[in-house]
Amino acid sequence: MYVAVKGGERAIDEAHKLLDKERRGDPATPEMGVGQIREQLGLAVDRIMCEGSLYDPELAALALKQAQGDVVEAVFLLRAYRTTLPRLAASLPVETEEMDVRRRISASFKDLPGGQVLGPTFDYTHRLLDFGLLGGERAADLPDAPAPDASGAEEEGGGNRLSGIASLLAREGLAEASEDDGSVPGDLTRDPLVYPADRSLRLQALARGDEGFVLSMGYSTQRGFGSGHPFAGEIRMGGVEVEIAPEELGFPVALGEITLTECQMLFKDTGDAVRPPQFARGYGLAFGRCERKAMAMALVDRALRVQEFGDAVKGPAQDQEFVLSHCDNVEASGFVQHLKLPHHVDFQAELESLRRLRASRESRKDDAAKGEEAC
Amino acid sequence: MLKEADMRHEAEGGTGGADRGDGYNFAYLDEQTKRMIRRAILKAVAIPGYQAPFAGREMPMPYGWGTGGIQLTASLLGRDDVLKVIDQGADDTTNAVSIRKFFRRTAGVETTERTAEATIIQTRHRIPEQALSGEQILVYQVPIPEPLRWMEPRERETRTMHALEEYGVMHVKLYEDIARHGRIATSFDYPVLVGGRYIMSPSPIPKYDNPKMDGCPALQVFGAGREKRIYAIPPHTSVRSLDFEDHPFEVQRWDGCCGLCGSDRSYLDEIILNDAGERMFVCSDSDYCRARREAGHSGPMAAPARAATGDA
Repeated sequence: MYVAVKGGERAIDEAHKLLDKERRGDPATPEMGVGQIREQLGLAVDRIMCEGSLYDPELAALALKQAQGDVVEAVFLLRAYRTTLPRLAASLPVETEEMDVRRRISASFKDLPGGQVLGPTFDYTHRLLDFGLLGGERAADLPDAPAPDASGAEEEGGGNRLSGIASLLAREGLAEASEDDGSVPGDLTRDPLVYPADRSLRLQALARGDEGFVLSMGYSTQRGFGSGHPFAGEIRMGGVEVEIAPEELGFPVALGEITLTECQMLFKDTGDAVRPPQFARGYGLAFGRCERKAMAMALVDRALRVQEFGDAVKGPAQDQEFVLSHCDNVEASGFVQHLKLPHHVDFQAELESLRRLRASRESRKDDAAKGEEAC
Repeated sequence: MLKEADMRHEAEGGTGGADRGDGYNFAYLDEQTKRMIRRAILKAVAIPGYQAPFAGREMPMPYGWGTGGIQLTASLLGRDDVLKVIDQGADDTTNAVSIRKFFRRTAGVETTERTAEATIIQTRHRIPEQALSGEQILVYQVPIPEPLRWMEPRERETRTMHALEEYGVMHVKLYEDIARHGRIATSFDYPVLVGGRYIMSPSPIPKYDNPKMDGCPALQVFGAGREKRIYAIPPHTSVRSLDFEDHPFEVQRWDGCCGLCGSDRSYLDEIILNDAGERMFVCSDSDYCRARREAGHSGPMAAPARAATGDA
């Protein structure tokens, strides 16, 4: 005797309880506080803010806790929250040249004004597991910050303000200048993305895009599926002030400081009738300390400027519909995983269709056999 | 459907600021977003079958799980609406349960499983068996809104093709099916021509349901959240499934009937009963099947009346 399947509602509630239990893990271990996550898993928090496109370390840490460390799930949580927020004002463009620099390096010059400032980086660590961390905190975990003048960055007073590589090269006309043509940048969170998308929209999509996807796209351009040889002109990370200029006030008001990572990639451009020979630029910008993301984004930005430079199209990273339509991990994760939802109605339709096709194939075979007999 | 009470609600400032607790607006979305979506719906209704882009928002459900339909429902819901949500034709499939719960929580509207009682029906993959009325809106969840996508992956191209009514590739594809298999092999998401102008994806409903779209008195709206498109079929609009004179459109047929209610004119799900591969068929539309059983109909596999209504 068959009774139709029922009871989805209770099953879902129970599944949520199980999830909660899994999240907590063994209650014998101390529960993690959101503050601990924010302070000690800062790079994960930064990535979540970047792809979640909401600068709020505390909520990003909460999302990571709730998502049991699943970064893509945490990004999704933050996006779903972000979407409910009213937009009160648009900030003035942030001045990364005015950045209070905590890290700034250039691979294009041995030295440059302000020097190479390594800052906190994994770059020259040996990737050996530090078993000392297993046993909890050691005195060495709390190093004194190096004296500011040790980096050679602090000169002429006034914080770590360093000229960017682009403006250094632009003085000689060797790098593409940044120009403000006065056009209002697009916003794909408010308007649907229509193709072709201009550079502001492309950069926005890449900034929100999945780090893994953007990384692989950038990587592909280095392996012949893209456009020319890149130089890391400059990578900088530090705090910048966010300001708004309310119309009724007539002057800007600082809201606070956020951490950004910016990357300027340089690509040789031999020029043509319109463009002089110079270094073209690819641009990357990310919330927090997301250096890998900012670098990859800069590579893909340049690759997507294929029409501007008349590049030969050699790979998917140069195809904006391919890149922009697939870089968002909230979209991608949702659609891939929707395959878990029941599809039995369509499956039934396919079963029926296959049975018919098989039947008509059989009858054609029979006809053919009869035909041969007749010959 | 928007009623006076909601106008008042909007006038009172709608969303306010979302705080970190439960400070969400009626039906989750803020009023500005709802207005934007309603404008897209109006455009879609004005150009039947045309895919109107809209600034789809992130929703607290994943893309591909009905975010387009949910945004449509959220912007259509008024306080007096009665909502029904189905997935695969049934009210008790997990995703339908989850979406219904979402709107109960965020909008507090009445929900129902009875097709006739609902003013808004959100669906995935099916159209209810019972004919809809002019007082109802059917909201479809759409994964890929572009019917030409499998022939042409590029949006710029497909939009141009729609603009120029250049639909040759679609007919070629259907013809190739016939040349290769002797019949059109598309069994769901079967393309339709709306109002004699736009080729449209009916969403992945089985082609069995296609004829129900034609001349339907209810407004049918389609939402694709990830792809950020809304399209619509206004009431009483012609919807023709593409076919050829010598290969007319036909729908699925079953040799048997529903094992529970005995219906031989509904879309049937196949259920495998045991490892020996024994199977039975039951109505995919759970409300239709229930109503028939309550009316005294019974199929060959029906349990005695009392057990069948129990919650397993």
